[in-house]
Amino acid sequence: MPTTTDQAIGADLIREVAFELNRRAAIHIPDDVRENIRGMAERETEKLSKFVLLEIVNNYEVADEDNVPMCADTGLPRFYAKVGNEARLEGGFVALERSIREATARATAEIPLRPNRVHPISRKDHNNNVGIHAPNVDYSWEPNAEWVELTAFHKGGLFGGDYRMLFPGDGVDGIRRFYLDVISEFFKRGLSCQPAIVGIGIGGTKDTCVRLAKEAACLRVVGDRNPDPEIAALEEELVGLGQRTSLSAMGFKGQGAVMDAHIEVAYTHTGGMPVSIHHQCFALRRATARIHADGRVEYRENPEWFTDYYRRETVS
Amino acid sequence: MNETNTSDLPMDEHTLETPVTPDALAKLKLGDVVYIDGTVFTGRIGLYKKLFDEKAEPPVDIRSLTNVTFHCSPAVGETSPGEWKVSAVTATASFRFEKHLPMLMDDHGVRVVIGKGGMSQEFYQNHFRRLGAVFLNTVGYGIGAQYGRGVKKVEAVHWLDELGIAQALWVLNVKRFGPFLVECDTEGRSLYQMALKETNAELMQLYEGLPLPTLKRMGEVHNPEDEVF
Ligand code: SF4
Repeated sequence: MPTTTDQAIGADLIREVAFELNRRAAIHIPDDVRENIRGMAERETEKLSKFVLLEIVNNYEVADEDNVPMCADTGLPRFYAKVGNEARLEGGFVALERSIREATARATAEIPLRPNRVHPISRKDHNNNVGIHAPNVDYSWEPNAEWVELTAFHKGGLFGGDYRMLFPGDGVDGIRRFYLDVISEFFKRGLSCQPAIVGIGIGGTKDTCVRLAKEAACLRVVGDRNPDPEIAALEEELVGLGQRTSLSAMGFKGQGAVMDAHIEVAYTHTGGMPVSIHHQCFALRRATARIHADGRVEYRENPEWFTDYYRRETVS
Repeated sequence: MNETNTSDLPMDEHTLETPVTPDALAKLKLGDVVYIDGTVFTGRIGLYKKLFDEKAEPPVDIRSLTNVTFHCSPAVGETSPGEWKVSAVTATASFRFEKHLPMLMDDHGVRVVIGKGGMSQEFYQNHFRRLGAVFLNTVGYGIGAQYGRGVKKVEAVHWLDELGIAQALWVLNVKRFGPFLVECDTEGRSLYQMALKETNAELMQLYEGLPLPTLKRMGEVHNPEDEVF
């Protein structure tokens, strides 16, 4: 078991890695997504949908070959940091956040990323994707670890998210209906830019379920199942339900365009069941690296954000 | 055009040169695949507000450039002062521009609109049909790297300081720029109207037995056949 080490992870190293993660996220699609959509394209029999799916797969290759972003909406760059309980950071968390902000500004100019972040009212744009609460940095913690794991995510999409206050009486049927409603709203005309990974956050408080839905859509790989067998069964049922809507890429008729459905739950108020749903588009831009105390950097395909510790249920 | 169902569309391929002639536009059928050679200009809400709400003098004679507009903002980098490199291009949702688009079409001669998601049937009938214009839908939508390949050069950028990179008027020189799908033809017909009929039937069956939520919300759509805009 690792113990507290005296070696601090350097702020310069974090800045370099954060820049590299922005670069990788913008250009290279994770393998789980690419393979899933390739399979969908091969199986599809409707010609319009098949045409669109094949173009999407082709576009991933063009982005790799030409070394350019896959989608011109390079999204809102944001970071997830999982910090080992035994990790030490040079300059502490203030330095970590400064490194992330510096890396984001540099990445915007050099990759380039579109400067999407503006003041919500004045629409002022610093042209570097940095501003008030931007980029977002979300944290989670991991016991018995001396590393810091950073995930850069370039979050696109103005559509495909919703929240509903359901009640215990609405039950699982209420969740099914909500799931179909969000598909009806946003798969038509392809507003979600599906194929999408659907994240569903159930319970907690309003803000928690919105956060969980987004993390479930963005940080779990295609094919991953929730460890609770009942929830895993519901995930599989919802994938099937998505296929049966017949809404494929761009909303054309086909065999559906849900890459996967990922559910996360949180304990909630005894009288309610808040639910949030989030569609992550096919331009899923994510890159993860684990930075060790000795300076080693390990790039990883799977962020493994939802650890047993993160989902813990008991007091200790 | 007799096809009423998307599976029967021939999806013929065309390459259009700008400015696109009325003849070439009239040949396009719903679901056809289109590539563009020539010049296109970009525009979205910032540009429209300046041109039509503030009534600013246009920085360039649009009509003499091209009759093709693109609802997008490119991902661009300045390689040296005044030299721009486009890396990726993707459209932004077009239905938000219904207020200003007729002015762009009437006053500046635009006849090809490249965008995302299409526009309402009524809008097509009132404006596209009247002017013999077409709406070309981008594919995906986010296949920006593929579209970026088709952009050969940034000819000019206007109102960059006033509007910023994302909203400025970019004039792009393009070659084999595409593919786009014909969403609205010169008769004002819509590919999406055809597609929605096909998918709504399947969708409604899945709702059987699923009750409405206990708590209703003001303004919420409860009929899954309706659209959100
Ligand atoms: S939703 Fe995704 S694929 Fe679509 S335009 Fe936005 S970032 Fe690109």
